[in-house]
Amino acid sequence: MSEVDVERLLRSALVPVEPSGALSDRLEERLAELTATAAEELADWELSSMRDPRNWARPVAAVMIGGAAAGALVVVRARQQHRKRESTGLRALEKSVRGVTADVQKRLSR
Amino acid sequence: MDGPTDKQRLDRDFTELYRSHLRDVYSYAYYRIGNHHDAEDLTEQTFLQAYRHFERAQRESDGRPLRPWLIRIAHNLAANYYRDRSRRPQTQLEDAAVISAPHLTEKLVEGREEVHEVLEGVSKLPDDRREALIMRFALDMDNREIARALGRSEGATKVLIHRAIRQLEESLKETATDE
Repeated sequence: MSEVDVERLLRSALVPVEPSGALSDRLEERLAELTATAAEELADWELSSMRDPRNWARPVAAVMIGGAAAGALVVVRARQQHRKRESTGLRALEKSVRGVTADVQKRLSR
Repeated sequence: MDGPTDKQRLDRDFTELYRSHLRDVYSYAYYRIGNHHDAEDLTEQTFLQAYRHFERAQRESDGRPLRPWLIRIAHNLAANYYRDRSRRPQTQLEDAAVISAPHLTEKLVEGREEVHEVLEGVSKLPDDRREALIMRFALDMDNREIARALGRSEGATKVLIHRAIRQLEESLKETATDE
């Protein structure tokens, strides 16, 4: 007996087995129940979360946190712009002082 | 999941997976366990568990077929089945072969003896070798699929199948010599 013979025998012995109709029916019924339950739970949860004020806390908190974050961002940007403006003003002042100094030195050297 | 459309798509995909592979899972369970009653339970549990984890499996599959994942669930459940009940596979498998591939009367007797010997030999193989042969011959899975189902490399799977066939060959030769 060769390996090829064994493979041939295995093919004739290990044939696919059809499940009974009862199993298919039972399984399909259970899966249908599961999918229906999952869909109902999802819909119920969405509705109840809207109706029950206790569930509003989370979205309200999210809005507040989001609002605070946005406010903080606005403050940070305002401060950055203010610093930018401040630094621009200082540079202009420094430049004008240098210009006056140079002008005075020129006049004195004449 | 974003809404009902995704849920509907997921359920539709799962139904397709179920319809395409019910026979594979049942065949695996039957040859692994050895009786129709427990094979039905194992098949049912496999699909219920698969349903629970389907969304993640589909997301992580990256478009690859999900049959190896499904068979791996059955493989794990079968391992639990044996561990919990301290059972070994039974050899009542000739009925399945004869029902699925009917022969003429004379050939039937001859065929049944051969089939019985082969199945007897398969049932005596170590678990991993027996499983690899079931996947290859009953489910017609290729090395890549079997490797994924067993959590091994393709090379290791090829060697595993080769050794399983050689061991079975030796066992059948011994049986023939004894007779």
